[in-house]
Amino acid sequence: MFAAVNRKNNFKITAVFIYIILIAGVLVTISPFLWMILTSFKTQSEAMRIPPVLLPSDWHFENYIRIFDKLPFGRIYFNTVISSVVTVAAQLIFCSMSAYAFGRIEFPGRNAIFLAMLSVLMIPSSFFLLPQYLIIQKIGLLNTIPALFMPNLFSAFGTFLLRQFFISLPDELEDAARLDGCNHFRIYSKIMLPLIKPGLTSLAILTLRFSWNDLMWPLIVNTSADKMTLSAGLSYLQGQYSTDYPAIMGGACLSILPLLILFAMFQKQFIEGIALTGIKD
Amino acid sequence: MAESKNKKSDCFWGYFMIAPNMIGLGIFFFYPFFKNMYNSFYDIGAFNVTKWAGLSNYKKMISDTVMWQSLGNTFKYVLIIVPFTLVLSLLVAVLLNTKVKGQSVFRVLYFIPAITMTAAVAIVWRWLYNGDFGILNYILGLFGIPSRSWLSDPKIALFSISAVSIWMGVGYNMIILLAGIQGISGSYYEAASIDGAGPLKKFRHITLPLVTPTLFFVMTTSLISAFQTFDVIYMMINSNSIALNSTQSVVLYFYRNAFVFSKKGYASAIAMLLFVIIMLITALQMKLQKKWVNYG
Repeated sequence: MFAAVNRKNNFKITAVFIYIILIAGVLVTISPFLWMILTSFKTQSEAMRIPPVLLPSDWHFENYIRIFDKLPFGRIYFNTVISSVVTVAAQLIFCSMSAYAFGRIEFPGRNAIFLAMLSVLMIPSSFFLLPQYLIIQKIGLLNTIPALFMPNLFSAFGTFLLRQFFISLPDELEDAARLDGCNHFRIYSKIMLPLIKPGLTSLAILTLRFSWNDLMWPLIVNTSADKMTLSAGLSYLQGQYSTDYPAIMGGACLSILPLLILFAMFQKQFIEGIALTGIKD
Repeated sequence: MAESKNKKSDCFWGYFMIAPNMIGLGIFFFYPFFKNMYNSFYDIGAFNVTKWAGLSNYKKMISDTVMWQSLGNTFKYVLIIVPFTLVLSLLVAVLLNTKVKGQSVFRVLYFIPAITMTAAVAIVWRWLYNGDFGILNYILGLFGIPSRSWLSDPKIALFSISAVSIWMGVGYNMIILLAGIQGISGSYYEAASIDGAGPLKKFRHITLPLVTPTLFFVMTTSLISAFQTFDVIYMMINSNSIALNSTQSVVLYFYRNAFVFSKKGYASAIAMLLFVIIMLITALQMKLQKKWVNYG
């Protein structure tokens, strides 16, 4: 009996220990964000005070207005939204179409082309950057909105990911549709596409996360302030006004807000979408 | 007859449906791949004036100490970031997989850095790390630990940057590992319980071996992204910082050569080197995986 009590206590101690570790981890994960939000409402001198003040004495919302004086921030926001939306939409269409063809149609050279495409996945993305830049430069698109999304409309990864989903659908679906005289495009768009929704969600989330947050590409192709994305805009803000911490933190808050809101709304899809990428085959 | 008509239509739809993606990949990925190799044998200066340079870019690379230092830094980033990220994300995943209350809340909170922009996160950390007004020095000071210049001291800046990368990576990889762990059949654990195995034994003999395929996936993606560390360094270290040479990664050095110094030919040669290294590492990993990854 004593042994049983001991064991129960042991369980309790382990459980408490687990909670302590997990909560400590959460604090480390979350507190930089809290500090960012709080700093964005402080005055400059308050932000730099030692010992630090946790809460601002007054909530200075005008810090946020100041960002818009320093940068065409509304325009930058718009650029980021457009670029991300176009990238996600294009990848969903182009990748799902080619994924269907690679997964469900037999045509000459299919495997060779698919393997060639997979080789793109193995190559570090920075390897393509400079020639991509030279192409955009040559067609005269530097410092334009299309420059932000052009190379990212196409994806080997997205095709690979969605192909797994198309392959796993049963053949009977297709056979029945073909007897009814449907062509491949109809089978793809009317029957199969709705069935691979989890795959599409996963690709949409990964692509959105990438294009919203990407830094190097927008930094390279668009240098004028009204054609930047948020990442590049933040880097510009920090470079030009390095001591105005409250405004910089405000800019950072505004930049991460849209994805945080989307995440709050679609937690399950975000988490499952990311988790899916690890369970291949 | 119908058979051959079907084949023809298959052929048409096949090519038709892969065309948009493959043409795009051709222009923006396949062509750049060969173009980059080609460029590495040329001098490409301002206004893209191009001149045959033979192997001179590669020769220059061999004698370029900054280049070697950035390569060394890159290996340091990989060796610090990858193991810490893997161990911490596995730890969090395993702990969350025990019957903790509020598992979904924890998952959401840990995941937040994974969806936030590196630029924004780096700005905040830069502020936390600030030598004069940063809260990190203040907190450490409460425990009697002396202040440091986290980002301008060349000896420690690389570690400060790595810590931010680890902090960003744990949530993302934890989600993937947790899914892997949850995919392990409960019957293994039941059998082990009947045999009287404790939690540590179960972890060592069930969870760890069966999660190795997921672990391998996570390791591969973390390795490749650590090799290409750029955003955090770019945002936290100014181009005139005394810590630049001791924190600069190969990708940052590539970027500076291509777009700041306008030495695009030389930058292409650096990109080639990075490509070869990542290929070698990938090949080595594929070979080693047979030794430790358990495909049941």
